[in-house]
Amino acid sequence: MKILEKFSAVATIAGFSFYACAFGLLGVLPWFMTNRVAPIKGGLDFDAVFLPKTVPVDFRDKYKTLAEYKAAIDFGRKNYIAEACWHCHTQYVRPVGNEVARYGPVSENWEYQNEMNLPQLFGTRRVGPDLTREWNKHNIDWHFAHFRNPQDVVPESVMPRYDWFYDDKGKPNDRGWAITAYVMWLGSWRRNEAPPATPH
Amino acid sequence: MGNTYSIDTVSAGHVNYARVRLWLATSFFWFAAALLAGYAYSLQFIRNYPFAGIEWLSPGRVRVTHTSGVAFGFLVTATIGLMEYVIPKLTNRPVLSQKVGWLALIVWNLIILTTVIGYLFFGQMQAIEWGETPTWIDPVVLLALAIVAVNNVLGPILKFSLESGRGLYVSLWYFTAAFVWTAINYFVGNFLPQYWVPGSAGASLTSMYIHDLVGLYVTPVGWGLMYYLVPVVLQKPIFSHKVSLLGFWALAFLYPLNGAHHYLFSPIPMWVQSLSIVSSVGVHLVVYTVIYNFLQTLRQGGTDSYTKLPLRWFVAGAISYLLTCMQCALHVTLTVQEHVHFTDWVVGHAHFVMFGTFSFFVFGFVTYLWPRLWGKSGWWSDSLNHWAFWMMAIGNFVMWTSLMIGGLIQGASWMALEPFTKSITASEPYWVTRSITGVGILLGYSFFAVNLYKTATTRGEKAPAMARPALAM
Ligand code: HEC
Ligand code: HEM
Ligand code: HEM
Repeated sequence: MKILEKFSAVATIAGFSFYACAFGLLGVLPWFMTNRVAPIKGGLDFDAVFLPKTVPVDFRDKYKTLAEYKAAIDFGRKNYIAEACWHCHTQYVRPVGNEVARYGPVSENWEYQNEMNLPQLFGTRRVGPDLTREWNKHNIDWHFAHFRNPQDVVPESVMPRYDWFYDDKGKPNDRGWAITAYVMWLGSWRRNEAPPATPH
Repeated sequence: MGNTYSIDTVSAGHVNYARVRLWLATSFFWFAAALLAGYAYSLQFIRNYPFAGIEWLSPGRVRVTHTSGVAFGFLVTATIGLMEYVIPKLTNRPVLSQKVGWLALIVWNLIILTTVIGYLFFGQMQAIEWGETPTWIDPVVLLALAIVAVNNVLGPILKFSLESGRGLYVSLWYFTAAFVWTAINYFVGNFLPQYWVPGSAGASLTSMYIHDLVGLYVTPVGWGLMYYLVPVVLQKPIFSHKVSLLGFWALAFLYPLNGAHHYLFSPIPMWVQSLSIVSSVGVHLVVYTVIYNFLQTLRQGGTDSYTKLPLRWFVAGAISYLLTCMQCALHVTLTVQEHVHFTDWVVGHAHFVMFGTFSFFVFGFVTYLWPRLWGKSGWWSDSLNHWAFWMMAIGNFVMWTSLMIGGLIQGASWMALEPFTKSITASEPYWVTRSITGVGILLGYSFFAVNLYKTATTRGEKAPAMARPALAM
């Protein structure tokens, strides 16, 4: 007993070893397990979203090349982080609570094994709906109107307005395009599966 | 056990009073800023955000200012200050270097300032909950934590342990462990998921960080401070040093494993989630031993526990702790998670324990310490202190209740597959209640702040000699 009251015991057993044990179980092991999961086929699948008709034609007018489109999605994600959208929106669908009916297929590991999830954007609070399967919920004009002032589109909404995504004439600027490209990309990699039964 | 651990030989000379004052004063400044940010953000929920359309006051950035402000600006800053008082008293040794001590104070406050500027004006944040501090500041934070750990905490405690050969008092175990944990944890949480570990393994690490910030910094440091304050105010030793041993080692073993309970039903491997649930339930061992130990200690003091204001803050905090931990025993189970995860229920839990417990502990300690720090015989106004207590205590309780009900309603609405907007309109009354209680809390806090200022600046008699503390183990 006495030994447990010594500095050395507290610091090495409690402080270090117990934490290391948790790090192994909660960090290292899941890391090995998920690393073995095959990521999204063909990298992030941007081409598959960009080239066929699944993407509104506007994106192909705005972003001439695949590289530009990719860069825009990445920039959109940066804005998503900078405005802390992830404190109001989550990005994983749970296998419970009727979420499959509301949002679509349950999230699986392989969807998150890519550089767009460094760091991951799971989130812990849903003030607004989950965005994991957002790609086909609304069209591009809806998003442009919505980010400008959500209450114009959804009167009950408590989402903030983002005037700085628009230029003086009220047209979306690069940030407005990028954030829209980002949310309209989310979940597109599972577009071949059945849509949710009762979309929100 | 058995040997009496008495600190009455301590000369006050080891405490650097000027620095303790400054740590506390800056922490109370950050608290005011963080409260205002939280209040402003709560107005977004009732569609009355006063700064709509102003980029640098974007609600998301303000929210992060609120949470980082209360956690790092207030709780961490204030507790480092209080430890600068407690550790020299308990070890009879000063910090390793006074110069480095000052440096730590300045660097820490600059970190908070640049962080807030980074959030608001540059939209720089890291998408890691509680770790939003911009990536380029992270190495400085790590360095500052390491400096505080070595210079203020581990250094004096190690010297005491080596030179006196005695066992450590329970507060010192908590501080030692907390500082070994926090430095490692900050690295794990802020660097690994950001640069190397994507996806659900990254989420698992993030969850470990989220939980260990509250579980391995705020909780042990908060209780460690109370293991000092309560016996000193009561003038009675802690009921049982053995029971405190139990609580400490259970916390040390179980808390780090709890992390994944923040992402239940996520793609994180299910066995990790189950492990975290089991160990979270096990944590109740900590809770009840600690509460039992303190209840028995308070019993020796008769009516002191509510007539003496520092203890009243403590008792209110301990009640919140007990209630929130009963609440958490519910919401950590998968059945209840299905219903309350992602809702305001969790926000209620977070406020009730971060504010209602650990901030109250800090207020209690400061109520005891502040006049002494300035060499005054008492507070400028006792009744203002009582007002502050009641406004914040009632505000805290009402906010918790309303968020809990709101959370249940949101969860039910989602499960019933109602249109999403239905859950928003149904939550309105509870969000309005939160903003109203926010006014109460802000008012209560401004009473406290005025009193802090007046006590420090008005001329008063010298304090009576410090009472003889009675700590035994
Ligand atoms: C204060 C919390 C809050 C913040 C911050 C927030 N949102 Fe929202 N969001 C909501 C709410 C509430 C809704 C549901 C009502 C609506 O559609 O406006 C919503 C809806 C949405 C929708 C439509 C979802 C759907 O499927 O109908 C998208 C897309 C969206 N938000 C994206 C964002 C992005 C991108 C950001 C950051 C720039 C953001 N939100 C920031 C609360 C928020
Ligand atoms: C045994 C006691 C506890 C248990 C079982 C517990 C459990 C939980 C769980 C399961 C969540 C996540 C809920 C969800 O997202 O659905 C949570 C969130 C939280 N807990 Fe606790 N908790 C406990 C004690 C504490 C203590 C002591 C603190 C503070 C010092 C604390 C602070 C928080 C915070 C701040 C959050 C919100 C995290 C976020 O921002 O998402 N909890 N808790
Ligand atoms: C004026 C009083 C306060 C108001 C109006 C207020 C308001 C808010 C709001 C609106 C949120 C966001 C909730 C959400 O995302 O749905 C929040 C989050 C939070 N606040 Fe406060 N707050 C107040 C005081 C405090 C205090 C004193 C503390 C702690 C010391 C605190 C700690 C937190 C924490 C930990 C969170 C994160 C919760 C989570 O992510 O689950 N707040 N607050």
